[in-house]
Amino acid sequence: MHRDPPGLGVTATHDAVRAAVSAAYRDEWGQVVATLIGQTQDWDLAEDCTQEAFEAALATWPRDGIPRRPGAWLTTTARHRATDRLRRDAVGRAKLRQLAVLAREPDEPAVDEIPDDRLRLIFTCCHPALPFEARVALTLRTLAGLSTAEIAKAFLTAETTMAQRLVRAKRKIAEAGIPYRVPPAELLPQRLAAVLGVLYLIFNEGYAEQDGRRALTAEAIHLTRVLVRLMPHEPEPAGLLALMLLHESRRTSRIEADVLVPLEHQDRSKWDRGLIDEGVAVLGQAMAMLRPGPYQVQAAIAVCHATAPDSERTNWRQIAGLYAELAWLAPSPVVELNRAVAIAMSEGIPAGLALVDELTESGRLDGYYLLPATKADLLRRAGQVSEAKAAYKQALEQAPTEAERRYLARRLDEF
Amino acid sequence: MRYVLLICDDENGSPSQEELAVDPVHLAWKEALDERRAELFGARLRPVADATTVRVRDGETLATDGPFAETKDFIGGVVVIEAADLDEAIEIAAGHPYAARGCIEIRPVWE
Repeated sequence: MHRDPPGLGVTATHDAVRAAVSAAYRDEWGQVVATLIGQTQDWDLAEDCTQEAFEAALATWPRDGIPRRPGAWLTTTARHRATDRLRRDAVGRAKLRQLAVLAREPDEPAVDEIPDDRLRLIFTCCHPALPFEARVALTLRTLAGLSTAEIAKAFLTAETTMAQRLVRAKRKIAEAGIPYRVPPAELLPQRLAAVLGVLYLIFNEGYAEQDGRRALTAEAIHLTRVLVRLMPHEPEPAGLLALMLLHESRRTSRIEADVLVPLEHQDRSKWDRGLIDEGVAVLGQAMAMLRPGPYQVQAAIAVCHATAPDSERTNWRQIAGLYAELAWLAPSPVVELNRAVAIAMSEGIPAGLALVDELTESGRLDGYYLLPATKADLLRRAGQVSEAKAAYKQALEQAPTEAERRYLARRLDEF
Repeated sequence: MRYVLLICDDENGSPSQEELAVDPVHLAWKEALDERRAELFGARLRPVADATTVRVRDGETLATDGPFAETKDFIGGVVVIEAADLDEAIEIAAGHPYAARGCIEIRPVWE
């Protein structure tokens, strides 16, 4: 087994080991699993052996010291486990002979040269041939190392259902021949968009609720950071990271005493300046590549809000322009609705209301509570009390969360 | 890997054999397939009006008119291909003229 040179590993306390193992779990799990899948093509084997490597770390690091490169130690240990298991059965032995990488063991010391397979893993997990929920679950399981139970809990699904979903997805990858690779250039824009969609969904699942699902936003930000590091020449991952950081900066001021607080009334002194500064910097790097995309534009809108002293002194004209650009890059009625608000704030309420009415007539946002909620807000600002009340009532019927319903009910009471 | 491409459309205004034989999109597709040496077997199927479905229930053979299921799209052709992976199969399928007028279902062969 690989050991660090004598003198580098120092016998460590249990607390230090626990801290080191959980840090490694967060930082290295995905890479160890990805490397093992790359070498064995066996997803279950890769997960099991990675799990065992972490257990071995807990058992041996107190005695041998924390290795200088925990990731390399874990990868080597997991690979040894995989080799042992494959040697044990006939099918595995046949497979082993095909795997030159494993056959090179144990002289192979190239711990620094372990290729980062996480990029291949994430593109495979987010392949469009897999059902969307399976892509999300697989990404959280294999890249972030969440347990099936944790993923099931986060998505309010029974653990058996989630386990089934993961089993089916892994089976389809093997049986339908979904390649384990980063897609070639001609497929990259489309496939990268699929990856970013999965990461953004994970973030939003955590963002929408103020409960135990909150950890999902941290996982999404962490995975997006990894993606940005692995694809430094693609602007959209950085755009998404900036967008997440900027949203995250104001999450705690979004809800007060279980009631939704709209942007306008949030206590901006509570916004996390560190996250805002980082978001602005990350977006700057993305935009310097001069290849705009929907996530960069959304992040730019978030920057307008995050850097304005209050709602009054927000550059609504610029925001309206950015929404127009977004509507061109990624057309959607929700974007149109947001543009209508920015138009109302910059050109006057009637101009915004006219756009909202157009959207209502098109029927493209039927059942979407923010349509009547937006209309209600604009009517209230325009002093059209009875129409505003009717719209608030309609929004109240369609609002999905308790915090949103409480906010709308309070508004209605204020008349 | 071997994949079966099920070439489907709703049979509304499907091209005739003669039309398909001179369809530039279909010709280009066949040519690309030949270049890859990917096609193992291919057959165009007559419309569902000519289909017969067989079931055996309680030892009795029941033959009925029509396709096995009432769906919007019907299988109008079958092509067996050899491809490196699903991405290559998707690339091949996307070039077939029916991908634009109907859809192509890709099914890996049970091997």
